Amino acid sequence: MIKKIEISPDNEKFLNKVNELSGEVITLCEQCGTCSGGCPLVTEMDITPSQMMRLVQLGQKEVLDHKAIWVCASCFTCTVRCPRQIDVSKVAEALRQIILRQAVDHIDIKAIPKEEIACLPQIALVSACRKFTG
Amino acid sequence: MNPTNTKETKSTSSGNMKFPYYPGCTLKTTAKNFENSAIATARALGVELLEIPRWNCCGTVFSLAQDDLIHHVASVRNFIRVQEMNDYGLVKNENRLVTLCSMCFNTLKSTNRRMKENAEDLQKINELMYREEDYKGNVEVLHFLELLKSLGYEKIREKVTKPLKDLNIAPYYGCMILRPKEIAIDDPEDPTIQKDILEALGVSVIDTPYKKVCCGSYQTVKDKYIVAELAYDILSHARKKGAEALTTVCPLCAFNLDQRQQAVKEKHPDFEEMPVFYITQLMTIAFGMDKDVFGFEQNYVDPRPLLKSKSLIED
Ligand code: SF4
Ligand code: SF4
Ligand code: SF4
Ligand code: SF4
Repeated sequence: MIKKIEISPDNEKFLNKVNELSGEVITLCEQCGTCSGGCPLVTEMDITPSQMMRLVQLGQKEVLDHKAIWVCASCFTCTVRCPRQIDVSKVAEALRQIILRQAVDHIDIKAIPKEEIACLPQIALVSACRKFTG
Repeated sequence: MNPTNTKETKSTSSGNMKFPYYPGCTLKTTAKNFENSAIATARALGVELLEIPRWNCCGTVFSLAQDDLIHHVASVRNFIRVQEMNDYGLVKNENRLVTLCSMCFNTLKSTNRRMKENAEDLQKINELMYREEDYKGNVEVLHFLELLKSLGYEKIREKVTKPLKDLNIAPYYGCMILRPKEIAIDDPEDPTIQKDILEALGVSVIDTPYKKVCCGSYQTVKDKYIVAELAYDILSHARKKGAEALTTVCPLCAFNLDQRQQAVKEKHPDFEEMPVFYITQLMTIAFGMDKDVFGFEQNYVDPRPLLKSKSLIED
């Protein structure tokens, strides 16, 4: 089946925005799949990191609706392995930032049970707030 | 401001090499056992970890968005504190800041790299903190493992009074001291620094490819079962290769691999618990130190039965 995607100026704008926020040149991705193959969180994701890259290349904003961008743990495995030297973790961060900067939180800290908060180390709480709250 | 009247500086024993030490908040709470055992082992090796006066949280994660300069301010403030320690003579010409927590290490070192490579960013941050002296870009961020390596494995071996014979340990590195490459303390794909230290203690070291696989990090707050699955893979693979316990150098790795074994058991009822040590806890035993410094009460899976069975501790 052939799916036709028209690249509109709007798509172009979205791609440029992600390029700018991440500092990466996303069109350099050659879709080799190395990032997806090594990603320790990929089984929890709804699209793979390389699919995420492809959607951004095509300026498809729907990438923001995927769970994958939140499941990424910023572990930098893809960062050290990409043959095109693209830092995929920065692309995921850029996508999260686009949402978080509209003051939308991805986590409700108040909903976490007290006992759970009490046992979590500060590094866990601080990093989760940094990654999941706007 | 008078940093010389802090408790830490008074209690310093003389003669030892002094390093500015950045604890980070978790080392003061859930990972107190990591801090205590590290300070004690450092001291035994002739190194004084001098807590940086008025240190502040580094923010735990390095901001990956290009325009997000504001989140680097916290790290840079800590570098200014290190400059002040030199100015006030608390340390002599020592710009190496030592961290224990891997996350702090990653955040501080990555920020420092950006400041050193980007004069414009540094200038902006210095201007923002106009009431502080400027950060001059001279600090070097060191992980405690690197400090141990620089002292020499032979020196560690000399201090061992109780070799940890018959103890089969798989070192676990996690992500933050290995990646990205530019800040790595060791080979990101095949690190050996913990192995070298453990071998100096007499441990039988078990190598597993899971030593560098992420434990899920902050996902532990959002969904502990994501972390539990990763912890299950990491721990059961180590067990299959013959490991009786793991070592780590990160309080978040420790939490995810140790405390989260509770969640692992919910999902995998046949899972057998496995102790997770801070590598410095094993050093304190091998150095023949007093049991007060071990801090095993803070470990979730009690490692004492294992250590007793090897006659390494008494009670
Ligand atoms: S590893 Fe790099 S080039 Fe390959 S798919 Fe991932 S981002 Fe693209
Ligand atoms: S940084 Fe994110 S995308 Fe990359 S390997 Fe780690 S979890 Fe996967
Ligand atoms: S990074 Fe954490 S452990 Fe490090 S100081 Fe900040 S919150 Fe604390
Ligand atoms: S293994 Fe997990 S907690 Fe440890 S450094 Fe990696 S992400 Fe962090």
